[in-house]
Amino acid sequence: MTRCGAFLYGRLQVWLVLSLVLVGCSTKDEAVVDGRFQRELQTRLLDAKPGEIIEIPAGRYSLDRSLSLRVSGVTIRGAGMNETVLSFKDQKVGAEGLLVNASDFILEDLAIEDTRGDAVKVNEGERITLRRLRVEWTDGPSTSNGAYGLYPVRTRQVIIEDCLVIGASDAGIYVGQSEDIVVRRNTARLNVAGIEIENSQRADVYDNVATENTGGVLVFNMPNLPQRGEGTRVFRNKIFGNNTANFGAKGTPVASVPAGSGIVINSNDQVEIFDNDFADNATAHVIISSYFSTGYMTEEGVAEIFDPYPEAIHVHGNRYSGGGDAPDGLDLKALKLAVFGLGGRFPPVLWDGYVDSKKTRGGKLPEDLAICVRDAGPVLNADGPGKYRNPRVSAAEYDCRLEPLPPVELKL
Amino acid sequence: MTLAGGARSMRSLALVTVLSLLFGCSRGPASPVFHESTDPETLAEWGVLAIEDGRLVPRDGVVDYELNTPLFSDYAHKLRTVWIPPGTGANYSSEDAFEFPIGTLVTKTFYYPLAVEGDLGQVLRTSKTRGLETGGRLVLDQVRLIETRLLVRRASGWVASTYVWDDAQRDARLERTGTVRTLRLVSETGETAGRDQVDFDYVVPDVNQCAGCHATDVKRGSLSPIGLKARHLNREHDYGRGSGRANQLDYWVRSGRLKLPDGILAIPAALPRAAVWDDAEAPIEARARAYLDINCGHCHNRLGPADTSGLSLDASETSAVALGVCKSPIAAGRGTGNRRFSIVPGRPDESITLYRMASTDPGAMMPELGRALAHDEGVELIRRWIAEWPNARGCDQVTSNSARHSASAARLSRSQG
Repeated sequence: MTRCGAFLYGRLQVWLVLSLVLVGCSTKDEAVVDGRFQRELQTRLLDAKPGEIIEIPAGRYSLDRSLSLRVSGVTIRGAGMNETVLSFKDQKVGAEGLLVNASDFILEDLAIEDTRGDAVKVNEGERITLRRLRVEWTDGPSTSNGAYGLYPVRTRQVIIEDCLVIGASDAGIYVGQSEDIVVRRNTARLNVAGIEIENSQRADVYDNVATENTGGVLVFNMPNLPQRGEGTRVFRNKIFGNNTANFGAKGTPVASVPAGSGIVINSNDQVEIFDNDFADNATAHVIISSYFSTGYMTEEGVAEIFDPYPEAIHVHGNRYSGGGDAPDGLDLKALKLAVFGLGGRFPPVLWDGYVDSKKTRGGKLPEDLAICVRDAGPVLNADGPGKYRNPRVSAAEYDCRLEPLPPVELKL
Repeated sequence: MTLAGGARSMRSLALVTVLSLLFGCSRGPASPVFHESTDPETLAEWGVLAIEDGRLVPRDGVVDYELNTPLFSDYAHKLRTVWIPPGTGANYSSEDAFEFPIGTLVTKTFYYPLAVEGDLGQVLRTSKTRGLETGGRLVLDQVRLIETRLLVRRASGWVASTYVWDDAQRDARLERTGTVRTLRLVSETGETAGRDQVDFDYVVPDVNQCAGCHATDVKRGSLSPIGLKARHLNREHDYGRGSGRANQLDYWVRSGRLKLPDGILAIPAALPRAAVWDDAEAPIEARARAYLDINCGHCHNRLGPADTSGLSLDASETSAVALGVCKSPIAAGRGTGNRRFSIVPGRPDESITLYRMASTDPGAMMPELGRALAHDEGVELIRRWIAEWPNARGCDQVTSNSARHSASAARLSRSQG
């Protein structure tokens, strides 16, 4: 160990002991803001050196202002997602629990509860690891919960794995405007959106469980942002029973998601969905939609270069069971009744039917931009452009193949 | 210096000496000191501000300044100073913060006029100057000092810190992790007994939170002053005896503090100038844009930490969508307040911008940091700006691309008329 290392280690020990003493006096029921702990921890974050590991021992800590880190190369480590708990139930200050503006960041083995805004936001950074974390709003789904659980934005080389996120009033796991992303082995429950990939390039979302959300997994593109998203693979996930009534604040992108949605693709391109198990998503297991269907497309408020059409969508080799029997919203209820009758159900895959007429040849999109759906029975084209007047089902129209997307390679 | 003035100075010097002996506090160096690598524990050690004669006063060579439109900080008043090492000056920029030489010290002291003289427990909500004399001198028994924030230009770049004043108002100590001061804010109007009052937690930021505003370029992450730009400084200021009233840019140029490049004339009328937000004579558009620029533009600019939102509110922005017109939020969460667009022209009560400005919920309010209270007068200004939008048509939905394109042909940004 270098002298510097020994020094840091020595300080760490002192700090650990102090923290342990402090922990002794708080229990789960009695959350008293632990000012000394908060100050110690924030000081550690301010003084952190690259390569430093900041360990937070087991215990339940109550904080009233957000934490922040701006030094690259730092690891924050707890003693486990049920052992080290940072509670922000009494938060007065800050829009996040933890705000990070740094690269080579690792956060692992702890829980963040009840933040007023986002739980963990990483804004701008490379090589970000979020691992074995629990983020939870402990009073269950509510519009007054914080918006995002785990929220890297403007990041490159990101992995989120083995986390549990419960109760976000927007998205549990939300990767925005990022590149080269892996989201795997997480569980997202009781959020408006379980997992959301937005305006991001090259994302692999696999081996996750998304259940009891309003929508399980979202792959979105939003207008007016410098980066457009494409190239997301969603595979080997279990996406079932995402029927929680939408509790997102109106005006947010996710507020447009009908309850009972398994996967929703909106305005995004090159999305491959395969080998997933879908069950009991009461609107539809997979919804492919355009920005026109969100209700947010306005004359003045959407930059002209924004492409609202989902293109090069490839859905194949998934397993579907149940669902489609109780769609959310009047339009969809009426549509189901009209096409499939009172006791009928939507097929697994629903498309709103918007096509960029500038790109079609003989009424069809070129092969490399097509919407291809196999192994799912007929697809329902809801005829959004025709105000749902002429919905139609077909399997043959979608029976095509796209080149498989390459796996995401991370160099962490 | 007149003879009388000299005598007065001698008397104050004697008084200061006596007071210093009394309190055992001959504090800090007599002139500003550039600490090259570490922040000293007390503000006095910087030698920028001194306590003299029952006043907090800038030391010789330290110049106080004010902004056309300031950032709102829970109705705190601010004494701003800058000290530039002698023999050097800042380089002018028409849009960005001036480029200051290494060793420059910028301070901002947050204080409140007292509601009752001598009672630090109650502070006054007022837009009028109270307890401040020309030359940036604060009369201590008329004000409560809260904190003095300091930006120092080191070789590595700007570094921020804050010093929190003690209750005796004798010195301020470095507070890197921030703190909270519970204050009772009393409105100016009405009798003392029946005045409106509110207790709130004034939050002193931690060092990282300083960067939350001052790291105006999120990719670079480096800090920068926000107010020290031509448009904010281009105004008259009372320098007191000797200099009297003068335009700040003009004064800085004449005193060698600011260097203009060739071809830029030191004629204030020809230099950029932001509106004064509460100047009833100025156009509402200019006042609102100046307000959004200083309160939001440090994060909400095309390179700032809030570029993730697609909302850009600094003075240079010309796109109506980027200002929020009929724009859906990206990641506002419940900060939308159940409204659909940032600005719905003509309809302030449907506009998210106004909701977030009026909110005091940490998960919904904007700015995210730096206030616990809403700025009622600022909210009112933006309300009027949105309400009085010319040719307001609301935000119509379009449901097809052909409708979109025909509409966009007619689209004009508000700022282009």
